[in-house]
Amino acid sequence: MDYSQFLILKEELSLIAVIVILFVADLLFLSPDAHKHGGKPVLNTIIPVALLLIHTLITIVPGPEAEAFGGMYQNAPVQSIVKSILSVGTLIVFLMAHEWMKLPDTAHKQGEFYFLTLCTLLGMYFMISAGHFLMFFIGLETASIPMAALVAFDKYRHHSAEAGAKYILTALFSSGLLLYGLSLLYGTTGTLYFADLPAHIDGSPMQIVAFVFLFSGLGFKISLVPFHLWTADVYQGAPSTVTAYLSVVSKGAAAFVLMSLLYKVFTPMVDDWQTVLYWVIIASITLANLFALRQENIKRLMAFSSISQAGYIMLGVIAGTAQGMTALIYYVLIYLFANLSVFTVITIVALRSHKFTVEDYNGLYNTNPKIAFLLTLALFSLAGIPPFAGFFSKFFIFAAAFEGGWHMLVFIALVNTVLSLYYYLRIVKAMYICKSDEPIAPFRSDNYTRAALIICTLGIILFSIASSVYETIGNYAFGM
Amino acid sequence: MEYTILILLLPLLSFLTLGLGGKWMSHRMAGLIGTTSLGAVTVLSWLTAGLYFTAPRLADGTFETLIPYNFRWLPFTETLSIDMGILLDPISVMMLVVISTVSLMVHIYSMGYMKGERGFQRYYAFLSLFTMSMLGLVVATNIFQMYLFWELVGVSSYLLIGFYYTKPEAVAASKKAFIVTRFADLGFLIGILIYGYYTGTYGFFGEGAELTGMAVKMVPLALGLMFIGGAGKSAMFPLHIWLPDAMEGPTPVSALIHAATMVVAGVYLVARMFPLFIGYAPDVLHMVAYVGLFTAFYAASVACVQSDIKRVLAFSTISQIGFMMVALGVCTASDPHHGGLGYMASMFHLFTHAMFKALLFLGAGSIIHAVHSNEMSAMGGLRKYMPITHWTFLIACLAIAGIPPFSGFFSKDEILAACFQFSPVVGWMMTAIAGMTAFYMFRLYFGIFWGTENKELHAHHTPHESPLSMSFPLMFLAAVTCVAGFIPFGHFTSSNGTAYDIHLDWTVAATSIAVAVAAILLATYIYKGEKQPVADAMQRRFKGLWTAAYHRFYLDEVYQFVTHKIIFGCVSRPIAWFDRHVVDGTFDFLAWSANAASDSIRGLQSGRVQQYVFVFLLGTLALILLLLL
Repeated sequence: MDYSQFLILKEELSLIAVIVILFVADLLFLSPDAHKHGGKPVLNTIIPVALLLIHTLITIVPGPEAEAFGGMYQNAPVQSIVKSILSVGTLIVFLMAHEWMKLPDTAHKQGEFYFLTLCTLLGMYFMISAGHFLMFFIGLETASIPMAALVAFDKYRHHSAEAGAKYILTALFSSGLLLYGLSLLYGTTGTLYFADLPAHIDGSPMQIVAFVFLFSGLGFKISLVPFHLWTADVYQGAPSTVTAYLSVVSKGAAAFVLMSLLYKVFTPMVDDWQTVLYWVIIASITLANLFALRQENIKRLMAFSSISQAGYIMLGVIAGTAQGMTALIYYVLIYLFANLSVFTVITIVALRSHKFTVEDYNGLYNTNPKIAFLLTLALFSLAGIPPFAGFFSKFFIFAAAFEGGWHMLVFIALVNTVLSLYYYLRIVKAMYICKSDEPIAPFRSDNYTRAALIICTLGIILFSIASSVYETIGNYAFGM
Repeated sequence: MEYTILILLLPLLSFLTLGLGGKWMSHRMAGLIGTTSLGAVTVLSWLTAGLYFTAPRLADGTFETLIPYNFRWLPFTETLSIDMGILLDPISVMMLVVISTVSLMVHIYSMGYMKGERGFQRYYAFLSLFTMSMLGLVVATNIFQMYLFWELVGVSSYLLIGFYYTKPEAVAASKKAFIVTRFADLGFLIGILIYGYYTGTYGFFGEGAELTGMAVKMVPLALGLMFIGGAGKSAMFPLHIWLPDAMEGPTPVSALIHAATMVVAGVYLVARMFPLFIGYAPDVLHMVAYVGLFTAFYAASVACVQSDIKRVLAFSTISQIGFMMVALGVCTASDPHHGGLGYMASMFHLFTHAMFKALLFLGAGSIIHAVHSNEMSAMGGLRKYMPITHWTFLIACLAIAGIPPFSGFFSKDEILAACFQFSPVVGWMMTAIAGMTAFYMFRLYFGIFWGTENKELHAHHTPHESPLSMSFPLMFLAAVTCVAGFIPFGHFTSSNGTAYDIHLDWTVAATSIAVAVAAILLATYIYKGEKQPVADAMQRRFKGLWTAAYHRFYLDEVYQFVTHKIIFGCVSRPIAWFDRHVVDGTFDFLAWSANAASDSIRGLQSGRVQQYVFVFLLGTLALILLLLL
């Protein structure tokens, strides 16, 4: 065996190194009774953040296109870009986790949090770079199972435990279906290599069933309607930081993988998957928006918002062009900054004042003007108001779908942006206009939270001006 | 030429510094920051011009068009995109020099003129913003970038006209300027979109552009619509109504924006699109000439009877921009020797006019500073009190009247020559309007510096010469006005880019000098004396005409009637009713039903995981059925 092949996996190896270092550090320096030391976390946030930053920086320049282990693993520049985007997202999540990690309940489990999160990230890496459905499935499960542990991280809190149970049960079911789909696919074609499959796929009924099962398995991760019902409960119950991670990183990875599977493997069934996507997109965007309108709990509201955003992301897939792929990656990038910004604010507000409903945000501008302003920027970007980056990402993804000939779909999506504007602005209105008898008391956030907010806000503002980012992604996407 | 980016960045930086930090700065500091950055910009602009025009010409005798920066900002398709960049060619480099020089003079002048005003820092911040926008407009690499900066220029003009926002007239004037130009810009935008759609690019076309297919038919329409935008900014009849009112702004602002730079943006736009006009839309180009001709005449006749000195200058500006438009419009070919002379003449006049008109406005500012009034009745006999202002003003008046050797003579002569080449009728009409120009300018001159002195007012408050910060720009601009005519302008800018030797057509020149001298003598005869029997008699004799002209031929009233009575009353009110009751009602109903739907489906989310999985499975099966059936 040629061991030099391992070098092709440099992104995964570097991430594994980070995981191992953190794991060892956790074992050596963090004894089980660490919480007796006044609850002070021994493993400071700076270590995982710095390690992850180094990892991101050394892998940020995409390598050449390569294959390893007989085609089980393959990597192209565009996949490296997506991996970098995901690790930046994880980095921001680590920053915002700092405050939560200082709580006495979680301080002694700090190491576990980093370990579990990075394991899911590793799973996503493998999933993205898979060249074979087995590799893909292992990656998917590696990304899924630690996630359930993360959702139930505050296990003594009833909501968190319940959310964990719901997540793992639904995940099991969807994995079952997906695996069933894979076996049907293998049965009809005799291979699970991505490269060989298109030649054997002809759209026979058995393959349609296989495809839909596979699609539903990924649809669960992206939380598309009708595979979305777990989302609201899990998002609400899970710790805010984990929710942020779920809604951005996990979703972004799954969306990209779905797209590359559809483009690469199911090319002969393009009409079929476009039909499926057409209805799923309409259902996701519209239903999620309708559900979001009347939500009182802000995390639940953001859960439905993330379902409808997933629908928008799928617009890039249905376009079926390189432009669509570029638009999708760009959309995920911008969505990452905006959504993480919102969740950072939600997390810090929840930690400082234990408040979760939209009504609780009444008068936030009077007590915490800066944070209210940053939240407003992020919400504007999510709603797609110019000049924030969210406008451009929506514009590009609509343009891609429109050029693909999906005029009606773009129209429906446009009407839905109006609906979404309503619930995003509801939060803004609460902060700026509504008066409150007991507003959230003024507080100072810690430096890590500030750093997370600054990075996100810079992302929202700068990426709107620097369309060269879009062009860079575009150049690699055309090579796909 | 990479440093040219600084020409845009420095004023922007100064705007941000003054705009954000002005509150904590002293007036002196703010003025120094603004003026220094503008000084640097001016040096850079002159350096750019020097390097650009001394560089060797290309093989076909033109200067190379340089694009040091071009940044693809918003791509729509492979070819169609909005870019942001810097384009250097003879006219943009010429404009850089004009804008930065006049702007620097205005910056220096304002230190004295605006001394002690409330909002001094804000004033300098806006001046920087304006300068940045105007520079960005002229160096635009494509029509869309031009449009963006065009709007920015409009905004900064709005902000500066309304600088004295406690005065209701200033607020009304700023709104009027914004709305009228914005209205015209709608035409510009539609023109741009048509242009982009049919040519597949927002870029400019150079000499000998090749268009194909529908573009050939649609580009004239696009150019016509763009000209509407240009006519709005350049105050062409009937969109000129905002410019006289814009005089409510501080006088240095009028000098910079409403005399030298922004108002010639329309001329610049036509010059920028000139290759397309000549190649594909000569008829539209001639329309430009007729609009310009009528505007020049109309504004000149109104200027003859105004009593507010800034209004006289405003109408004279409108009239002179009309001259530039006519000069562009009478071109019939791109060869400067045969039918393309007007292009060079127009750019030349733009250059000289910017200098002497800024001088006139700054002089007027100096006078207003001294007597605290805009009305000619408060002046008279000021030559004794303000010698520098007097002499520089006289030089500018001679220049605009077209008396050699001042700069206006040379450029105006080229315009007239171009007009005579096009058609003798147009040529004679333009000569007559040039005569009117000389007449009303000297009416103004004598009214201010000679004539009856308002002793009562002056005894109360003796007028005095302005401080050096104000008189230096006057002297500088006067010096430029004296020598600018001898610049071999045709070597730098001509319709096809090749060098062109300006040679005076002495028959045209002699006629125009004779007409100008006659008009000046007439004005001297009527207005120089202490008593003005002829003027009064004429005013009585032609009372109707005089009153009509004084009220600008009631054009503002016509607009008022059309907008308020017809549009607001007959169109807007019914629409507003419809909007409030039918449209709002529909949307309220939609919002209500969305909310109701949201309420009713909330129960579907039960929290039971069995049900979730059930829906999941059903959804999967439904999708399978969808594909199989």
